[in-house]
Amino acid sequence: MTGTGGLVVVGASLAGLRAVEAARRTGYAGPITLIGAEEHLPYDRPPLSKAFLCGDAAEVTPFRSEQELRDDLGVDLVLGAPADGLYPAQQLVSVGDRQFEYDAAVIATGASPRRLPGADGVAGVHHLRTVDDATAIRDALDAGARTVVIGAGFIGSEVASAARKRGLSVHVVESLGLPLVRSIGAEVGSVCADLHVANGTDLRLGVGVSAVESSGGRVTGVRLDDGSVLPADLVVVGIGVQPATGWLEGSGVPLHERDRGVVCDATLWTGLPGVYAAGDVAHVANPLFDDELMRLEHWTNAAEQGAAASKHALDPASATPLAPVPYFWSDWYGRRIQFVGTPRADEVQVVATAGDAFTALYRRDDRIVGALTIDRPREIMKFRRRIAERGAFADAVEFATAS
Amino acid sequence: MRIVVDRDKCEGLGMCEAMAHEFFEVGEDGFVELLDERPAESHRQDIAAAVDACPVLALSLAD
Repeated sequence: MTGTGGLVVVGASLAGLRAVEAARRTGYAGPITLIGAEEHLPYDRPPLSKAFLCGDAAEVTPFRSEQELRDDLGVDLVLGAPADGLYPAQQLVSVGDRQFEYDAAVIATGASPRRLPGADGVAGVHHLRTVDDATAIRDALDAGARTVVIGAGFIGSEVASAARKRGLSVHVVESLGLPLVRSIGAEVGSVCADLHVANGTDLRLGVGVSAVESSGGRVTGVRLDDGSVLPADLVVVGIGVQPATGWLEGSGVPLHERDRGVVCDATLWTGLPGVYAAGDVAHVANPLFDDELMRLEHWTNAAEQGAAASKHALDPASATPLAPVPYFWSDWYGRRIQFVGTPRADEVQVVATAGDAFTALYRRDDRIVGALTIDRPREIMKFRRRIAERGAFADAVEFATAS
Repeated sequence: MRIVVDRDKCEGLGMCEAMAHEFFEVGEDGFVELLDERPAESHRQDIAAAVDACPVLALSLAD
């Protein structure tokens, strides 16, 4: 047995770090244990597919030094091995043969990239989630790799953008006929996909991958199900993620039937005493959008939920429902794509295009529930406020048209 | 209380505006503009939330 109860945070990325910081900020003085699968101190992930890949940021620095975490925040760091069990009856989390007692626990283990069958272990094939992944991809781009991205989602698109910035040839292969349908809807997804074509990336829609071809254990190309082969030195697989909850199977923590993410109420409570969840791993009902169950893979969501989860776990009587407006951004070919709200809408209306800038608004009943802009940084948060205030769609359209 | 913006870090992502739009607004150039550089102490909680919410850690409070 290790530790004497207190707060145990499982997952040492943004949500986990914010859980620790918020606990101390509220005056909690008891023990805190932070468990992380990676050996690295908590670091920021968005730059991995952006400035870091483009070569604009030389290295990834941790949010806080080890000394700050240990001495200033009083955190017991357990890094380099994942938690592998949670035992609610005993209030224990296990990491290998070590066990950590908790009075309050925050599950913030995030998500893992979906694997492409048959591609694991082939040199030159990568996912992009960790700093180690990003370093390997950047090294390959530095070497001038012919690049194939599998999956036309946001991560894959940012990789394609970084490769084109270096003048490399890039193919993006997407099995669906339209990209980004789940995250921003079909119509707007196709507008974003057009950015690939306009910037010299070869976008193949509606075609599947039949095999990753290799020679001597190193990738040589990607065979498509139309029979063609795209030569490649670097293949980046960006076909989504799944919540990292294998360690919770059978624990009693409720897991979603579709993707095994942790199911919480709007206060981030899992239903087990003292156990809350935050970040990419968590499905949370959002009262702002008719209690839609949302699992978000966004920086802002991880930060906000991480802080709230530890506060609520340490003082459940104070727990209040969160009703956030989701927000994410993505940078492609020097263009800034921003989205607020939810894409689940009755109607998506393209309300303004001027030069390269673009605005689309999402309507549910007569409310505005979402907005996407390209290169309109001044406007996006004004739509966010309208969404938070359950504003009228017609008013938002009028505002967009006048801006 | 004084708000300090690191213009080298700011990317105009707008979370500060989302948290406290009376004090922060992203401009057409994609950088934050301070609407009041020395807000009254009574706004500290909202402004601290905006500082914490910055995804690129471009904001800080002096005094």
